Amino acid sequence: MPNKTFFWFFLPTGLAMILFIGLPIISTGIQSFYAQHDQVVKEVKKCDPFGCTVSIVVDQEKTSKIREEKPLGKFNGFGTYVDRNHLAIEEIGKFWNETNSFGEFVDQVTNLPFYKALIFTLTYCLFVTPNVLLLGFIIALSLNAVTRRIRGPLIFGTILPMIVTPLVGSLVLFWMIDAEGIIGANLQMLMDDPYLSLKSSKTLTWITIIIYGIWHHSPFAFVVFYAALQTVPQEPVEAAIIDGASRWQRVRHIVLPHIYPVVTFVALISLMDNFRVFEPIIGFSAEGSAQSLSWLIYDNLVNEEVILFGSAAATSMMTIVGIAILLAPVLIRTWKEFRTAR
Amino acid sequence: MEYGLDKRSNALKIFNTTFIVVWLLVACFPFIWTFWGSFKVRADFFSRADWWYAITAFNTLIETGGKFTTDAYSQAWTEGEFWKASRNTVIVTFFVVTISLFLGTLGAYALSRSTRNYAFWILIAALIFRAMPHITLVSGYLFPFFQLQIWGILPTTIVVLVAINQPFTLWLLYSFFKTVPKELDESALIDGCSYFQAFRHIIMPVMWPGVITAGLFSLMLAYNDFTVTALLLNQENHTMVPKIQSYLGTNQHEGNLMWAVSAVVSATAPLFMLVMFFQRQVISGLTAGAVKG
Repeated sequence: MPNKTFFWFFLPTGLAMILFIGLPIISTGIQSFYAQHDQVVKEVKKCDPFGCTVSIVVDQEKTSKIREEKPLGKFNGFGTYVDRNHLAIEEIGKFWNETNSFGEFVDQVTNLPFYKALIFTLTYCLFVTPNVLLLGFIIALSLNAVTRRIRGPLIFGTILPMIVTPLVGSLVLFWMIDAEGIIGANLQMLMDDPYLSLKSSKTLTWITIIIYGIWHHSPFAFVVFYAALQTVPQEPVEAAIIDGASRWQRVRHIVLPHIYPVVTFVALISLMDNFRVFEPIIGFSAEGSAQSLSWLIYDNLVNEEVILFGSAAATSMMTIVGIAILLAPVLIRTWKEFRTAR
Repeated sequence: MEYGLDKRSNALKIFNTTFIVVWLLVACFPFIWTFWGSFKVRADFFSRADWWYAITAFNTLIETGGKFTTDAYSQAWTEGEFWKASRNTVIVTFFVVTISLFLGTLGAYALSRSTRNYAFWILIAALIFRAMPHITLVSGYLFPFFQLQIWGILPTTIVVLVAINQPFTLWLLYSFFKTVPKELDESALIDGCSYFQAFRHIIMPVMWPGVITAGLFSLMLAYNDFTVTALLLNQENHTMVPKIQSYLGTNQHEGNLMWAVSAVVSATAPLFMLVMFFQRQVISGLTAGAVKG
């Protein structure tokens, strides 16, 4: 296809992506170097029969005037990146000097908002992704062994958790798991602990969100693996059966190598999706004990007083760096393949 | 994969069946339970005394005189203005699907028929864009949108969702277009068609399965979106998902929890029916990019 024709065909979608994905990333980058204005304060002298007091109040008029003149805020350089709510360089230095043991130091650092969120996000990815692959593969193998006639409805039932939006999916589970729901109430009875509830324990909240993640993402892995299983050639499998290979050996040495490229694809996609975990935290009302990077950004953006554009943008930029690190191996591999293909 | 030689032992068969039954229960029961509970009053579905009330409808009988009540639905749809939210969802979904498909088919066709290097790089760029968490993009939008005073209205959200959806649509349609033989449009070009005519009259008619799949995914993205719609739309224009969140209130015990339950059922039911109807397309779409490498 000639370059000119390509250009016109691709223009609309290219424009949409540049304007609404490319530019926002740049806009985020710029915003991250600015911070909201400080409030202008003034002294107010108040006198009553008991004497005069001087109090400091916010000068609303001047504050809003400054905000209007420079809506982006004041230039802050990398200030936002290193402040207490982000990388917290200063605080970490302080903790390093003040704490006695390494464990105590780690404890202090992981209580800082950014590191807390980073750790939750990574833990979530680390537990959800492999389990999604495993569960998806097992479901695919089992459904593949079922008679063809009843597979349709079974597949429909299997993919339900995936097609609902994460917020709805987590709400539906939350209403059951909560102390007043069917599972929660039974758990209380079983454990003989009337105060057992999701919100009472951080570990329990984390486990619940991770289980939700596996529940929500496994159907995707299932669908892809199931489709890949249909393409496994029959001859080697039959030869292996004749040679006396066990079921496990067949899966290990014939099926798995065949669908290996698909496994990496699913792993990549679910890693990308898990890294942006956010809606379940709202669905499970778990803000207290579990915060993710995306949730931090959301929290800054719905801040009631002033939207913390700078803070949200700085977290966003660091999230993008995280994504880049995740994607780097894939991109390098593709680049190498591309060069050798040429 | 039905092995002629493969004899399964009974133990394995039993294990397999049990596993599938358990998994299906795990996957579907939450939805069935929520559907059931949406016809009860709050004191039953979220019972502090005894969860069994949700089944016996103890309080529902006292409060409404029947075992089932549709109060939650009628209140959420009228008082809770869920009708407005669903209208907004219909508008957003319709336009996002139409525009996404229009832009996506044109772009993906060009990508699939180009042999240049830049086509490869564009696809890689689209993959990187696909990986961006939506919330980071939203934090980029908010400020300029406030300045341009286009925040809060439906058209802005539609355009944003179309753009966010493009990378996935491009990849999906690209892999579908690749399966359409090149000779088809080449012969049309020799006969004197322009590229656009070949695209319009030769390629599109055989592309319907792919277009339907891509359309379904755009629909699911627009219908299910929370991040973009919650932050880019004002209260008045909220679609279903942010509306459900607003019913929850800041504290779980404020807000109208039963409204949220009925709204969840109302929002999920059409989606389930759609997927039931188009199940084959959904599955072929999910696997299109993967299986072909």
